[in-house]
Amino acid sequence: MATTEWREKPRRSPNRGRGLGEMTPSQVFLAHGALILLALIMTYPVVWMVLASFRPQGEIFADLVLIPTHWTLENYVTGWNFFGNVTFTTFFFNSFVICALAVVGNVLACSLAGYAFGRLEFRWKPFWFAIMIGSLMLPIHAQLIPQYIAFMKIGWVNTILPLVVPKFLATDAFYVFLMVQFMRTLPKELEQAAALDGASYWQRFTRIILPLCLPAIVTTSIFTFINTYNDFLGQLIYLSGLPRLTVPLALRLFVDSGGGQSSFGSMFAMVTLAIGPVLGFFIAAQRYLVQGIATQGFK
Amino acid sequence: MTTKESHSGSGASAVPSHGRAGARPARRSRLTPQQLENRTAYLFLLPWFAGLALVTLGPVLVSLYLSFTRYNILKPPRWIGLENYIDMFTDDPHFWAAVRVTFFYVGWSVPLVLVASLVIATLLNRGLSGFAIYRSIFYVPSLIGGSVAIGLLWREVFGSQGIFNRLLGLFGIVGQSWVATPATAAWTLVSLHVWTFGASMVIFLAGLRQIPVSLYEAASIDGASALTKFRRITLPLLSPVIFFNIILLTIQSFQSFTQAFIVSNGTGGPAESTLLYTLYLYKRAFVQLDMGYASAMAWVLLVVIAAFTALLFWSARFWVFYGDD
Repeated sequence: MATTEWREKPRRSPNRGRGLGEMTPSQVFLAHGALILLALIMTYPVVWMVLASFRPQGEIFADLVLIPTHWTLENYVTGWNFFGNVTFTTFFFNSFVICALAVVGNVLACSLAGYAFGRLEFRWKPFWFAIMIGSLMLPIHAQLIPQYIAFMKIGWVNTILPLVVPKFLATDAFYVFLMVQFMRTLPKELEQAAALDGASYWQRFTRIILPLCLPAIVTTSIFTFINTYNDFLGQLIYLSGLPRLTVPLALRLFVDSGGGQSSFGSMFAMVTLAIGPVLGFFIAAQRYLVQGIATQGFK
Repeated sequence: MTTKESHSGSGASAVPSHGRAGARPARRSRLTPQQLENRTAYLFLLPWFAGLALVTLGPVLVSLYLSFTRYNILKPPRWIGLENYIDMFTDDPHFWAAVRVTFFYVGWSVPLVLVASLVIATLLNRGLSGFAIYRSIFYVPSLIGGSVAIGLLWREVFGSQGIFNRLLGLFGIVGQSWVATPATAAWTLVSLHVWTFGASMVIFLAGLRQIPVSLYEAASIDGASALTKFRRITLPLLSPVIFFNIILLTIQSFQSFTQAFIVSNGTGGPAESTLLYTLYLYKRAFVQLDMGYASAMAWVLLVVIAAFTALLFWSARFWVFYGDD
């Protein structure tokens, strides 16, 4: 059952010595040493890049030392305007519009489907549930070509519709599953009382279940945002022309721009900005993210 | 929503005489509560059914049809039977290059990610201080690792001017460009996947918390060492989570695309060393407009993923331990 994962044990009392037993002081020292070393190795490339983005263009590859000797924002200015009169203002705007609509679509459609699978009894339920779980494993590539052809025939290519409309049809089965798992944990009595008072299923769903599902909704929203924001393949296929590009598509153009010091500086600056929103979301909603991903692991 | 009902309209006949919990006002006399629930469920599922037919399952079936055709979008599809499949397996060196690269990628990154995440999770679970900080630092890469931004960073990290070579330079080693050398380019992709082990680690951490402490205490009384406890208690009780992580990682790895595209700038080079299966599929479909051939490739991928998943499920009976609860 997933309940326990959602309410984390208080951090102040870590499971000291849990499981394998208390470590000796020297073991603790070694463990910290290894973990800190690993953390440094893992973060070094990102930290180096962020700091390099503040260096003057000639000094980016000057040395391994992290802290720039001369701080400057010129890379951010040139990077933001790197592609002429269409700037990163447009790219970020396009990305955020797609993400916002995808979040709304996923939350609406997946909670509806989640309510049916999680709390209602209906004919063929095991069959449809198996189909839903099975669709988790359908590779996106086996859907992509007919989707593209269909969207092309109705004139949706080069609009954001192919990226957004499917989200309103609960096509991310993972989030349906997340909702089902969460809704199943809510006690039956909650709805029985409302049913006795004559509340309809719709009222039970909107007034009782949805408000209690806030953690699952937040998790769905954050993961949908991050996955949509990071998505590359879908945007690559459907969007072209500078004014319609999103952040990943624009970043990719830096590779074609020939290299050279000026494009490296601009690229590092824009890459830094591009990962900013994801890091921001993580810091703001760490609890939900970590718990959300932990919950998918169980039954 | 058509299921919307009003509170007041049906108030009169609200409480049925037998007073069964969950019974509802007999507003539409012909519907039993079961029928109403049934109908409501299908209404709630309407968007999902539409998505199934139009976006997920429907297109997958259409691509099965397309895989038996030659189709370049401009002209209508022409039925050619098994020709795409025969060409693929007998007459397409790029296909086999892509298969090799993909198995290399999946075969290395799944075990490496699994071991890294299990080891780190077990270590963190032993009650070290700073647990939350470590967990965050190790988890964040998995949120950004799939992005174009990090792909570009990796391209520079392992480029000839990159910081990896600069670090090697400290030891007097002159490195080549790791992304431009066929022998090492695929390793940069594997390394990027291993960098994102945090997502699996978090799942392991949740699994480790489920193991009852009493088991370890009992083992300690019997004088079991930490290693014995890990092998005899942790591993068996964690095996469902290990299984889940393997399934998840395998399915994801087979579908990796973005990083190979970015690191090779869409070519799969050098010398097809980063030509992941999905990247080759993309090129056939959207660069060469071989929609029929690409659909056949997509179905081969689907069958391979299904076969691996089935194999894993079959193997589960020998090594996955499901407890009583």
